[in-house]
Amino acid sequence: MQRIGVFVCHCGTNIAGTVDVKAVAEAMKYENGVVFSTDYQYMCSEAGQNIIKDAIKEHKLTGIVVCSCSPRMHEATFRKAAQSVGLNPYMVEIANIREQCSWIHKDMATGTEKAIILARTAVAKVHLNAPLTSGETPVVKRALVIGGGIAGIQTALDIADAGFPVDIVEKLPTIGGKMSQIDKTFPTLDCAACILTPKMVDAAQNENIKIYSYSEVSGVKGFVGNFEVTIKRKARFVDETKCTGCGLCTEKCPQKRVPNEFNLGMDQRRAIYIPFAQAVPKIATIDADYCTMLKTGKCGVCSKVCTAGAIDYTQKDEFITEKYGAIVVATGFNPIKLDKYDEYAYSQSKDVITSLEFERLTNAAGPTAGKLLRPSDGKHPHKIVFVQCVGSRDTRECGKSYCSKICCMYTAKHAMLTREKYPDTEVYVFYIDVRTPGKNFDEFYRRAVEEYGVHYIKGMVGKVIPEGDKLIVRASDLISNEQLTIDADLVVLAAAIEPDKTARPLATMLTASMDTNDFFTEAHPKLRPVESPTAGIFLSGACQGPKDIPETVAQASAAAAKVIGLLVKDKMKNNACVAHSDENMCNGCSNCAKVCAYNAISYVDKEFRMPDRTTRVRRVAVVNDAVCQGCGACTVTCPSGAMDLKGFSNKQIMAEVDAICK
Amino acid sequence: MSFSNNLKENVIRSAGVDPKKCMKCGKCTATCPNGNEMEYKPHQFVYMVEKGDIEPLMNTDSIYKCLSCFACVERCPRGVEPAKFIEAVRVAKIRKQGENHLKADMIPDLLDEDLPQQAIVTAFRKYSK
Amino acid sequence: MQVNEFKPKIVAFCCNWCSYAGADLAGTNRLNYPADVKIIRVPCSCRVNPLFVLRAFQRGADGVIICGCHPGDCHYTTGNYYARRRMTLLFSMLDYLGIEKERTRVEWVSAAEGAKFAATMNDFVATVTKLGENKRLEDLRCKK
Repeated sequence: MQRIGVFVCHCGTNIAGTVDVKAVAEAMKYENGVVFSTDYQYMCSEAGQNIIKDAIKEHKLTGIVVCSCSPRMHEATFRKAAQSVGLNPYMVEIANIREQCSWIHKDMATGTEKAIILARTAVAKVHLNAPLTSGETPVVKRALVIGGGIAGIQTALDIADAGFPVDIVEKLPTIGGKMSQIDKTFPTLDCAACILTPKMVDAAQNENIKIYSYSEVSGVKGFVGNFEVTIKRKARFVDETKCTGCGLCTEKCPQKRVPNEFNLGMDQRRAIYIPFAQAVPKIATIDADYCTMLKTGKCGVCSKVCTAGAIDYTQKDEFITEKYGAIVVATGFNPIKLDKYDEYAYSQSKDVITSLEFERLTNAAGPTAGKLLRPSDGKHPHKIVFVQCVGSRDTRECGKSYCSKICCMYTAKHAMLTREKYPDTEVYVFYIDVRTPGKNFDEFYRRAVEEYGVHYIKGMVGKVIPEGDKLIVRASDLISNEQLTIDADLVVLAAAIEPDKTARPLATMLTASMDTNDFFTEAHPKLRPVESPTAGIFLSGACQGPKDIPETVAQASAAAAKVIGLLVKDKMKNNACVAHSDENMCNGCSNCAKVCAYNAISYVDKEFRMPDRTTRVRRVAVVNDAVCQGCGACTVTCPSGAMDLKGFSNKQIMAEVDAICK
Repeated sequence: MSFSNNLKENVIRSAGVDPKKCMKCGKCTATCPNGNEMEYKPHQFVYMVEKGDIEPLMNTDSIYKCLSCFACVERCPRGVEPAKFIEAVRVAKIRKQGENHLKADMIPDLLDEDLPQQAIVTAFRKYSK
Repeated sequence: MQVNEFKPKIVAFCCNWCSYAGADLAGTNRLNYPADVKIIRVPCSCRVNPLFVLRAFQRGADGVIICGCHPGDCHYTTGNYYARRRMTLLFSMLDYLGIEKERTRVEWVSAAEGAKFAATMNDFVATVTKLGENKRLEDLRCKK
């Protein structure tokens, strides 16, 4: 039998104005199990809390009901007070007689009557409350960052700076991501490589950071604080420990006709390659699709020239398993494929290029050594047309309905840089809207128009027709309400960006949710923007939505702060109100595991003593307290009634229903 | 199908597409092979129908200059399909034809005793629907 | 003035993250709704076992309403979808048993929709009041 104390709060006149608090306290005295009942001006005040503490000690209370404001407001306060005098915090129930009673009713009689029922309901529930302790699980003090772009690098550096070991998994042979392909950054126009490569080197030299390049995550098990991740290290046929990155093999390899993906296929590399000069780690990789030795067994030039003896044609994919406390997703983005946009003649003419290809064309390390030359004939283009929103804000199947956010700014950058380096070039930009929110962004765009004389035309390009060595661009000018025809030398398409293709299978492995565009969803769009709803999974960069570099870095550091906040804890307090299965009733049907959104339920084979003294092995559900979030979906699904939710048990809720309907 | 007196509603209904989806990018006009011949360009059809400004569209020869090639329908990124609005205006115009025709009860007042029978019959043929 | 005016007993199950907060907001904004509504806090609408609804009717409730987060906004990602399916089934069975469809309801109320919460409750209480007392499932043995 519980010994229950009831404490009715006046909340000044907030409650006492429409509820006769004395009458409520008096009525509660006659409730079953109530041994003490009182009222006070402000229960949440120091003095009010002392009344509760003293009563718990004096009357040896085993449970208390506070009739006050919403539990969302002061439940934690009263639980703490109870705990300080040795009462289990989960033996405290709140009857919400302010927000859900006194504030909505004008009439004293109605208010009092309802308050009494609400108090009675809470008392009925406390009768069935059981002391709960939240479990603790140790936290593995190591973080995993998936993706080695600027987002991943920044997150890893910040976590490593706080003293925690971090591993970066990057699917390409080098970290650096998209930013390493970019020439200049807006709106300051600093050189991307100059600000990125020091960070890449920092990451490589930081003793807390380990880089798994040319690797992929192939399996994730476990839960927040205790993830177990399998990483597939793809065979690169070069011993990482021996390769010095001298690059001799990449010069001697006879297979010269491999499209260079770093320059988006605009030039060629060898079958053994280092993506770019500042690659980290600077280790050669053999492209198995093109290597003559691997395909036919005849060649071996690279192994002959390698003085370090690093070439190993027998290397196989390797799987390693590592434990992590937190996982940061930084899988980034890609421009969409433009093969569905025939009207722009992207696949028909070499001189119709994407913006990322334009970056490579203007980059000193690019295929033209930084000279802006047409890919088709190597001539300098004199008329360039930039087309915005190619695939963005497009509700058709081939497009993306969202705004890709970065195109307006990089197009302004491209236009401005072109006019600066080649003043004899005419530059047209066709736009639907110019969207430049951001610090110094609109000023930047206006400079492109006012100082650099870029022709911004409100309208869209309808068709690009290759004709001789020209590209006939048919467009509309909506301000002057006419059709335009421009004979351009180069057309640059601002292709929409989409999440990397590896994100979807990764999200499935992580049980992290995604939206319809395959961007990761955040736990709360405003207040928890860097966390996934799945505990222990954090989001960094464009995998969560289109972002420019400053925003990506900001989010990367924010994600790092969240990870550090998790890793500094030695143990994690779990939610105490978790599901719990009665193994004597469980029939192992798996229904609960199917509805669990958190994979918190697993099955074990357990031995049971039977009445006839034999033992039998049965399959029963086990809830992992550390993962269970306490939603209760499983409790309703369970056909045998074995599953129940602590703190909101079937019996407790039934008792509440009874008390209300009494 | 009932026709309300509201011309705008009728045009939108017979077009079967929503002009509010238009984000005014102008790709329809850019892509139109006959755009420069048109007084009102495809994007204006969408915009003016949405505004309810249909009279001027009905009285322009732009509705006959649309080739119904459907390039604008194919390339519109928002699924607005401007050609359907042009067609809808064209249909609205055709439905208005005959409004200036003589009604039968207007005839007696116009009759003249000296009018030859043949002329009356010809006039009927010419002015009635 | 009527002496024995019928006052329905309404049980409202509100999920902790959206609807309970919405109910709190209705209070904070001083939006009136009848005192006949008594709220039971559950972690998620998917915690509402059909048995609870049956129990309420058995004990003489005149209406039961379940409030959860809007589809897609569930704190537990998918809980409200389970609630929606379970309750659709349950309500059609209750309808078969003679508990009118109007006595049961599932509503989505977000934490920001205090006004919607009050309006929903006003409407629901008015509907149930019109239907009168529920006697179909009431277990007279439960009456003292």
